[in-house]
Amino acid sequence: MPVESVFPRLEALLPHVQKPIQYVGGELNSTVKDWDACDVRWALMYPDAYEVGLPNQGVMILYEVLNEQEGVLAERTYSVWPDLEELMRKHGVPQFTVDSHRPVGAFDLFGMSFSTELGYTNMLAALELGDIPLESKDRTVDHPIVVAGGHAAFNPEPIADFIDCAVVGDGEQAVLEMTRIVREWKAEGRPGGRDEVLLRLARTGGVYVPRFYDVEYLADGRIARVVPNRSGVPWRVSKHTVMDLDEWPYPKQPLVPLAETVHERMSVEIFRGCTRGCRFCQAGMITRPVRERSITGIGEMVEKGLKATGFEEVGLLSLSSADHTEIGDIAKGLADRYEEDKIGLSLPSTRVDAFNIDLANELTRNGRRSGLTFAPEGGSERIRKVINKMVSEEDLIRTVATAYGNGWRQVKLYFMCGLPTETDDDVLQIADMATKVIQKGREVSKSNDIRCTVSIGGFVPKPHTPFQWAPQLSAEETDARLEKLRDKIRGDKKYGRSIGFRYHDGKPGIVEGLLSRGDRRIGAVIRAVYEDGGRFDGWREHFSYDRWMKCAEETLPQFGVDVAWYTTRERTYEEVLPWDHLDSGLDKDWLWEDWQDALDETEVDDCRWTPCFDCGVCPQMDTSIQIGPTGKKLLPLSVKK
Amino acid sequence: MVQRIRLRYTKRGRLRFTSHRDFQRAFERALRRAEVPMAYSAGFTPHPKVSYANAAPTGTGSEAEYLEIQLAERRDVDRLRELLDESLPAGLDVVDAVEACTSSFADRLEASVWELRLEGVDVAEAEKAVAAFLAAETVEVQRLTKNGMRTFDARGAVRRLEALPAPADRPGDGACAILRLVVRHVTPAVRPDDVLSGLRATADLAPPVPAAVTRLAQGLLDEETGTVTDPLAPDRDGAPAASTAAAGPTAAQQVPEGSG
Repeated sequence: MPVESVFPRLEALLPHVQKPIQYVGGELNSTVKDWDACDVRWALMYPDAYEVGLPNQGVMILYEVLNEQEGVLAERTYSVWPDLEELMRKHGVPQFTVDSHRPVGAFDLFGMSFSTELGYTNMLAALELGDIPLESKDRTVDHPIVVAGGHAAFNPEPIADFIDCAVVGDGEQAVLEMTRIVREWKAEGRPGGRDEVLLRLARTGGVYVPRFYDVEYLADGRIARVVPNRSGVPWRVSKHTVMDLDEWPYPKQPLVPLAETVHERMSVEIFRGCTRGCRFCQAGMITRPVRERSITGIGEMVEKGLKATGFEEVGLLSLSSADHTEIGDIAKGLADRYEEDKIGLSLPSTRVDAFNIDLANELTRNGRRSGLTFAPEGGSERIRKVINKMVSEEDLIRTVATAYGNGWRQVKLYFMCGLPTETDDDVLQIADMATKVIQKGREVSKSNDIRCTVSIGGFVPKPHTPFQWAPQLSAEETDARLEKLRDKIRGDKKYGRSIGFRYHDGKPGIVEGLLSRGDRRIGAVIRAVYEDGGRFDGWREHFSYDRWMKCAEETLPQFGVDVAWYTTRERTYEEVLPWDHLDSGLDKDWLWEDWQDALDETEVDDCRWTPCFDCGVCPQMDTSIQIGPTGKKLLPLSVKK
Repeated sequence: MVQRIRLRYTKRGRLRFTSHRDFQRAFERALRRAEVPMAYSAGFTPHPKVSYANAAPTGTGSEAEYLEIQLAERRDVDRLRELLDESLPAGLDVVDAVEACTSSFADRLEASVWELRLEGVDVAEAEKAVAAFLAAETVEVQRLTKNGMRTFDARGAVRRLEALPAPADRPGDGACAILRLVVRHVTPAVRPDDVLSGLRATADLAPPVPAAVTRLAQGLLDEETGTVTDPLAPDRDGAPAASTAAAGPTAAQQVPEGSG
């Protein structure tokens, strides 16, 4: 069946929309394969605007991994802005891929990567624009299989009605396995229709198909149990873990857009996973164990990637980049290699310690030392013990002193508000910390021209973390606490002028909290919000708290629950959590112990350097920590002409 | 800086939606991929020395955009053009390059030749509208600018305007008229869109679909004939620019038809 490009029809709409370049494709290193020569076709979506979605590493990796396969093609699609959506509806132009402008409905699989829950309404917009029924139960054998992935997929229950399946964990091998299953099923003439292919996927144990699980509720609204309703479907679905990152050097050919995007750099993931054990951090919990890319593997990816892209900046990505066992040699090696080429190096996500100042100095040999960012996350020593963010005030002050002493002019500090057991006092201590930072800074730099910016947002408890049982602080209390902090900082006559204060109000966090720890009943809220016009919930100018609350009030009472039940309610040990049947490898009893340790203000070490503390991941997933040092060095490249 | 090179490039097909800022980023990355030994500005964040001239608006195609780069080492001009062309995505094509040996290049971009393809518009209807437009002394149009709605004359800057039938081998059927426009570069700039607004104002010409607009040439304007000449010709000839002489063949005739 020939599938035509919608581009001629789209082209007529483009003169009327903002930034039309984002819809035309043609990015450097993008791939357009022959449609008819492929038998398994994936549409991959990042459900946010192109400028956010294009640089997403997850989509870029899967796009390349799939397109390298013979007979398989992958094309990308992103959320269209409301101006184009309106025109597409009016003129009957479906949601399209930017590579060859095919309707997403024509693909075999439609994969969506959810970094955050705030993309759910955009998913519904894309499905409806793509002429794909919103709910899985209404789709036929001719519709794509809608697959959710990304960190938010670790609790896919709120979108269980809308997706056909979810994959948790690393996608590289998972998409190949799914491709194999879909290819066989198609070659056999699609026996048993949609149900059969989903059953084959579910029986692998690594693909969650919500329709094969029944959720039973207790009278009080809590879940009684989640039960498979087909034979051969596992009770729990396992996450995927890629071992040996050096074997997966993707993206090899990073996409270079013509449109401006949020990250314009060559990103290399230097390791995956984190065992620092920060109790609020979902990413750190669900991506265990730590798997490092080798120093030589990193060097090779940077070299090839820069050649393929022409980017001027290299970002060394991970959850805590300074923790790579050979980060010093990596930073120095790359800085040496590219000193002449005016290539900048950046190291997002660094810890608070003096070693990081050395690193930062290395990365800015010739450049301006403008700002350094640290994340103490909690204002008081006590609350930092609760969240297991092991940094003392002395550490921090010593670190910033080194920074200001080395010519850095600005230090940014990131915090959270609403952490479990937190009081006003814990948050107000942030102001004291900032004051000490400025005091010390003026002392060592002998200048009043230094700044410290405090950036703070509301904490949202996440599934698969020790705080999954914790009550979330209400939006009102969050805002009140932030106001007190603001007043304290502003009231500081001597140092207040040097302290910047940025905060996010508590309302978006409540919606995120509802979606993060929601169950299948939340699907009705998402759908109601979408139908009421909700889109781009991660964007302040599009997000409407009132709309979410109104829709929740309309849809949730039939189940005897409300927004507070999902957000500010503390869960107990016995409660069946909506995501318990998705196995991140973490032992639920260990998570509970860690939650109790948090309440006791007891810290836990990093298992990279201390004995295993039985979080459960390695034995459960048959994985292990992979770290260096390798002892290798980055050699200079051959002398360039 | 040891060598200055002037380039002509295109914005074809779907890449005509590239904005000027987008193009600048893409071009500077292409310079890196092609390992062009650029001269850099001084300062904390050195920039490669590139001067852009008179970019076409986002959404309009072009066969004749110009820029100049400064090199820190000498390079063969033709080889450099090939390398850069290969490094840019198809549609952003580097089609001509000369070593600069004259000054005031920007001053040589006096006028543009535009082609406007009006799908669904009958040639006779277009001819009538053009005649009405040309007969007018002034044609006031409005455009939304950064500083709000602005009213200005779209007629004065137009040196030539004619309506032609679409080539027989074009895709699709139904009526289609081609407008050929020669417009002087003045301030505020008169763009093809403004001329279309003018045609609507004077003769009620309202194309049912947005016009496909392509810049075919830029250069010195021969006021007498209304032709626009190749602005790179003085450099190619190795002679200083003569502001009145129409050196070289006219660019307007060299340009392929109906691209974009």
